[in-house]
Amino acid sequence: MTVAFLQLTLGLYFIGILLSLVYLLRRSDVLARVALAATCIGFAIHTVVLAVQVFSGEVGVTFHKALSFFSWSLILVFLLVVLLQRIYVLGAFILPIAFLSLISTVVLPSEAPVLQPMLQAVWVHVTLSMLGAVGFAVAFVAGVMYLMQERLLKSKQFNVLFFKLPPLDFLDTLNQRSMLLGFPFLTLGILTGAISAQVTLGSYVSWNPEQIWALVTWVFYFVVLMGRVTVGWRAKKAAYLTIVGFAGVLLTFLGVVLKGNGISVS
Amino acid sequence: MNIILVGLSHKTAPVELRELLVVPDSRMGEALNRLMAHEGIREGMLLQTCNRVEVYAVADQIEQGFSAIQEFFVDTHLSVSAEQLMPRLYCHAEDRAITHLFRVASSLDSLVVGEPQILRQVKDSFQEALTHNATGVILNKLIKKAISVAKRVRTETRIAENAVSVSYAAVELAKKVFSNLSARTVMLVGAGEMAKLAAQHLVNHGVHEVLLTTRDPIRAADMAARFNGVSIPFDDFRANMHRADIVLCSTGASHYLIGPEDVERAVRARWNQPIFLIDVSVPRNIDPDVRQVDNAFLFDIDDLESHIEQNREERRLEATRAESIVKDEVEVILKWLQSLKATPTIIALRKRADALRQAELQKALSRLGTLTPEQQEAVEGLASGIVNKLLHGPLVALKSAAQSSNGFVYIEAARLFYDLGQGLPEQESVNVEDVRDGTDVTPDEMASAPAEEPEQERIPRRALGL
Repeated sequence: MTVAFLQLTLGLYFIGILLSLVYLLRRSDVLARVALAATCIGFAIHTVVLAVQVFSGEVGVTFHKALSFFSWSLILVFLLVVLLQRIYVLGAFILPIAFLSLISTVVLPSEAPVLQPMLQAVWVHVTLSMLGAVGFAVAFVAGVMYLMQERLLKSKQFNVLFFKLPPLDFLDTLNQRSMLLGFPFLTLGILTGAISAQVTLGSYVSWNPEQIWALVTWVFYFVVLMGRVTVGWRAKKAAYLTIVGFAGVLLTFLGVVLKGNGISVS
Repeated sequence: MNIILVGLSHKTAPVELRELLVVPDSRMGEALNRLMAHEGIREGMLLQTCNRVEVYAVADQIEQGFSAIQEFFVDTHLSVSAEQLMPRLYCHAEDRAITHLFRVASSLDSLVVGEPQILRQVKDSFQEALTHNATGVILNKLIKKAISVAKRVRTETRIAENAVSVSYAAVELAKKVFSNLSARTVMLVGAGEMAKLAAQHLVNHGVHEVLLTTRDPIRAADMAARFNGVSIPFDDFRANMHRADIVLCSTGASHYLIGPEDVERAVRARWNQPIFLIDVSVPRNIDPDVRQVDNAFLFDIDDLESHIEQNREERRLEATRAESIVKDEVEVILKWLQSLKATPTIIALRKRADALRQAELQKALSRLGTLTPEQQEAVEGLASGIVNKLLHGPLVALKSAAQSSNGFVYIEAARLFYDLGQGLPEQESVNVEDVRDGTDVTPDEMASAPAEEPEQERIPRRALGL
């Protein structure tokens, strides 16, 4: 049942992506609105699927569910930003990320759910980490858009994309705010992960790739944020750094996948 | 009485020649008097913008009028010779002159089609002519009509959408760096007109603070007053550049005033916040190497030009629709002019009198019942006798008016007295004061035109960079 619904959601998100991409080359806003409508319907179904999964007593945390939650939160943030700021062009950048993470829950082999005494702590750990990842994903997108617009301005290419992309300072602010949003979540996510590891395994860190990349990513974002506050790492530099930082987030995800047996703290 | 036009524009003459013929505002009265002193010139107006110098006139004879105005142009500047000027001048009369005026006012003949400044320049020139009593019934009507045609074109076509002036392009580009200009500071280096215009646009868009710097202290004070800005000594402006989000540069200097190292320093001091630099001076005042500096965005005059090129293309399409509006309106005004001619008025007057006579006669005859042929003849003779005697005076006066140069005054009076109808519909009687108060300015026009320039500082025509 949920699988059919998820496929429907994926289909709607896919329509949203296609229309958003075509919209990049057209002057009219109509396509973007249709894309937004498709995404909204997809999001509603997605919400129902997640709610059913949480409240139907399906026990255990799986990486699939975590990715689905990541995708859902990312789209939530996207919808909020678009509805508040009317920057439709964001769809062409954020929707593909949400789509890819959701489709991987269908493509990747399903793993055994994690059943263990510290289930509550794992839930909290996964939720917080995913919210952190959402913040960094938005920062990444803002960084990419910043660099594109920066290049268009520098090279004086006044094309359709140039008119569509938001002003540089808006993108820089979006970059900063989403990092500021993502960082506390990542911090708490790592802490709760460490605590549950201590309880189940008796040690806070076991130096598996997931943990290593999570720590590296955390340190990296910490330095980036500090640099922003103290020595003015903003604008173009911040855009580059958040793109690099998001690679760290992806590598952490990869670390989880490579472990093969889902999100556990083993 | 003939409407004629003699002039030269960007299409026929280079700026070197056009600028020689421009009469400064202070000597406008003298120039108009000189124009009107020519024999056979009844009314006149001098229209001068950065792209054209034209004289519109009402003359007794077309050819005589042409040569009078040509003479006027040759006399305007000592270093202009007739041989040099003649091939550049275009001469139009009647409907072609009217069409030209309407096209000019509607900005269809402008270098940048659809630019909004021309209408203001037409109004200003008209005002000058009114002040010096150079225009009369015909030119007044014609120019007011031209202004209303221009407005019709503006509202009914999209010819003025998307600003295409260089100064406004600067604002559009700035908005791609800064989403909200109201918290931003602009620095104006030099007192070049185009930069001032761009600064005015930025202020209209809510720029928070204006910093000014120029070598001339008097100009600095003048500009500080105009923009309510802060004046900075010219030697210190580089050190203060980090305070500005937008730097507008337009000086007469022949070398680079701002180099990459100055901008790098400013960007560092701004903690890498982007800085937006516009160089509208020729020769350029900002070293093009500034483009290599991260977080600095430099645009020179050519960049601004290429930005507006697309908008221009859209305007060209709208221009064809505007042309048909102009054509319609020329028809209307020609009808009015026709009505000022004696013969049609005489015919109309006769027709009207005849119709009245017939109607009254019918009424009387039906009341009198059966009459003998003699009686009927007497009644009819009475009616036509009164009508003919009463019309004799006016008809003779109108016939002689047709020969005199200002006869149209009598003709118009006759049309009024005998209710023969005017050539123009009612709403066309535009008052020049209504036109000047700018109440009907569209939002886009507000954005792209210096509509809010302070009254005391009218933007010089030659400074519009068009």
